[in-house]
Amino acid sequence: MPDRALIPVRKLGHRAIDAIWRLGVVARFFIWTLTRSGGCLRRPQLVMREIFSAGVLSLIIILVSGLFVGMVLGLQGYETLQTYGSEEALGVLVALSLVRELGPVVAALLFASRAGSAMTAEIGLMRATEQIDALQMMAVDPIARVIAPRFWGGVISMPLLAALFSAMGVFGGYLVGVVLIGVDEGSFWSQMQAAVDFGDDIMNGVIKSGVFGVAVTLIALFEGFDAPPTAEGVSRATTRTVVTSSLAILVLDFILTAIMFTGV
Amino acid sequence: MERTTLDLWVGLFVAAGIGALLFLAMKVGNLASFESGQTYAVTVAFDNIGGLKPRAPVKSAGVVVGRVGGVSFDTQTYEAVVTLDLDARYPFPDDSNASIMTSGLLGEQYVALEAGGSDKMLKTGDRIRLAQGAVVLENLIGQFLYGKSAESGAAAGE
Repeated sequence: MPDRALIPVRKLGHRAIDAIWRLGVVARFFIWTLTRSGGCLRRPQLVMREIFSAGVLSLIIILVSGLFVGMVLGLQGYETLQTYGSEEALGVLVALSLVRELGPVVAALLFASRAGSAMTAEIGLMRATEQIDALQMMAVDPIARVIAPRFWGGVISMPLLAALFSAMGVFGGYLVGVVLIGVDEGSFWSQMQAAVDFGDDIMNGVIKSGVFGVAVTLIALFEGFDAPPTAEGVSRATTRTVVTSSLAILVLDFILTAIMFTGV
Repeated sequence: MERTTLDLWVGLFVAAGIGALLFLAMKVGNLASFESGQTYAVTVAFDNIGGLKPRAPVKSAGVVVGRVGGVSFDTQTYEAVVTLDLDARYPFPDDSNASIMTSGLLGEQYVALEAGGSDKMLKTGDRIRLAQGAVVLENLIGQFLYGKSAESGAAAGE
């Protein structure tokens, strides 16, 4: 009888080993991608194409969301700050929340659902239609030819998208706060400039978005590469990309924030 | 898509991204207002710095002339030693007076620098001798209450 009682424990152990094994595979995939990126330098056109499909095509959604997030921050911030009679601090509130947190995080979440899912579906379908095997047959390394350019395209696009999101958000906050509500323009900008530090706030935001870019692109590419070659497999992999990378973004954000902003 | 159009779009995208970063650095951040290139560091000891933090502004006549570089504690004198990174464009006499002020009633604290009359200017490593620490609100209230009760005591004695 003890044998049957041990089954759930054994299942748990199997799952744990499976998860660790998968983590190892992802790490090896990451190392492969990095070590076989030399081809991207020789053929920058491949990376350009991926910056176009990951970055340029995500521009509209990033810009529009940034604008609206900034406008909402302007409205909500004004409502709260007004009760303390310090509505001039609106610029500080909008800029700091965007540059430190919302810019990198929301841009990365949008990037994961807009560009990450597309990457997974594309590579999963390449797998399912045996295009990747065909490349291998022709002695073309699929990691160097297919994966690495997409990886660098995503990693380069992400910080730029986050910066655009933050800039758009500050503009949205300015529109609502100064143009619509009538907060004093001079103190809006000057208090913002006094409070936002280039190294501590803006560069940390850029570092954050770079880390998110690596995480999201890596997850998307791995899920696509690893997808079972069926219609169902590709659809599952796409879902997993969005779910896993969203979770990864939020957890990484907490860790990075804890490292960056608590020592001050 | 044709290669030239693709290049154009990617170029526009990268330029816009870098432009956004520049906008954040110049208009939102403090990169334009104070370049940290040429500064000279002087120290000043306070008996109490209140809530003064590194990177707080150093102001003279209301103009930002530097930043607080660091705060440390001197175990010999039991005083707080504050390093001020002053902009090299603004030399100050070596008998200048430093005090810790609060902007507004509950605002951030900054170091106010008042120029003295000496001919010799401060240079890196110098120490400002005249210093007045932060005003602690609790002490002020205590003094006020003590003064009030002494006053009423004197009035009752007459």
